[in-house]
Amino acid sequence: MITESTIPLLTAELFPNGISRYAVGGLLVGLGAVVIYVGTGIAAGASTFLESTLSYVSDQSRFQRYRSSRDWRIVFTLGIIMGAMVYALTFQSGVVSSSLYQPGSTGDVFELGGFTFWLTDVQPWRLFLGGILVGIGTRIGKGCTSGHGVCGVGSASKTSIVGVMTFLAVAIGTAQIVMALGVSP
Amino acid sequence: MSGEPGGRHPAFMPLIFVGGLIFGFGLGFSHMARPEVVLEFLQFTDFGLLFVMFGAAIVTGLAFAIVPRLRDRAPLTGDTYGRRLKSFDKNVLIGGSIFGVGWGLSGICPGAAYASLGIGNLTILWALAGMFVGAYLQGVWRSQQASAASVANAD
Repeated sequence: MITESTIPLLTAELFPNGISRYAVGGLLVGLGAVVIYVGTGIAAGASTFLESTLSYVSDQSRFQRYRSSRDWRIVFTLGIIMGAMVYALTFQSGVVSSSLYQPGSTGDVFELGGFTFWLTDVQPWRLFLGGILVGIGTRIGKGCTSGHGVCGVGSASKTSIVGVMTFLAVAIGTAQIVMALGVSP
Repeated sequence: MSGEPGGRHPAFMPLIFVGGLIFGFGLGFSHMARPEVVLEFLQFTDFGLLFVMFGAAIVTGLAFAIVPRLRDRAPLTGDTYGRRLKSFDKNVLIGGSIFGVGWGLSGICPGAAYASLGIGNLTILWALAGMFVGAYLQGVWRSQQASAASVANAD
């Protein structure tokens, strides 16, 4: 039986780091996509950058079809990197704090020029092999977490909703198996 | 206009950059740029990431529903406002499954990988290198499929 006292306990168990940093971050991710949409009509995704950038070095027809968007996709990606760096120089470094921001305890941190930067502990082979599959899968599957997950779901696109359900379910299964096999981090 | 390549509006690139800045800041602030946090979500020890994905989709959903009613065309491109609708076929399931294995193994997706670089995570270059290798492999294969199909059609 759920009583008033068990609700906070359950919340703490499901959300050990609270929800505010996730919710605020998510709203900003959506806002970034909306800024581009309002100005240009483009519903952008992040994974097309991989193929559009390859069009600079490869003549394959698959990459050349993205020629017309390859320049702004580089600018979009540079913006993402710089935006995350602004976060690193402010909240991650503790220069700015907010009750809405909960710092984390994952990975390693290192100091550089008075600022705090962060490094993952996840093993390089997992990142590289996983990255290869992400590169293949997002391009064959017509989108990634931003294209399908943010813009596609926001468009109520059935294709994107099915796409998200597919990669989410498979990712959960994979992560659970990897954990059960004792691979960590 | 002002000598921009392709006759683009001079504010086009700055706006794309600002949108990317907000997008990347959000990925950093939400901790989605950290593979560990994504893996904690996929392993059911912290469900907070649901708020990132759905929070973002709600914001875009509102904009995609409202903006086309307020204006006909985007000011910087002159393009009509549409939604992101892609045709469904088996590739959505096949590609989504391959992406799912990669995401579950590494804890990183493309946008979060770019943001991860910005928070100092040089180790993520392994994942970015992998993503380019994967995108290249499927691109070569699909380009060959396409040219084989066009040759077959010509016969």
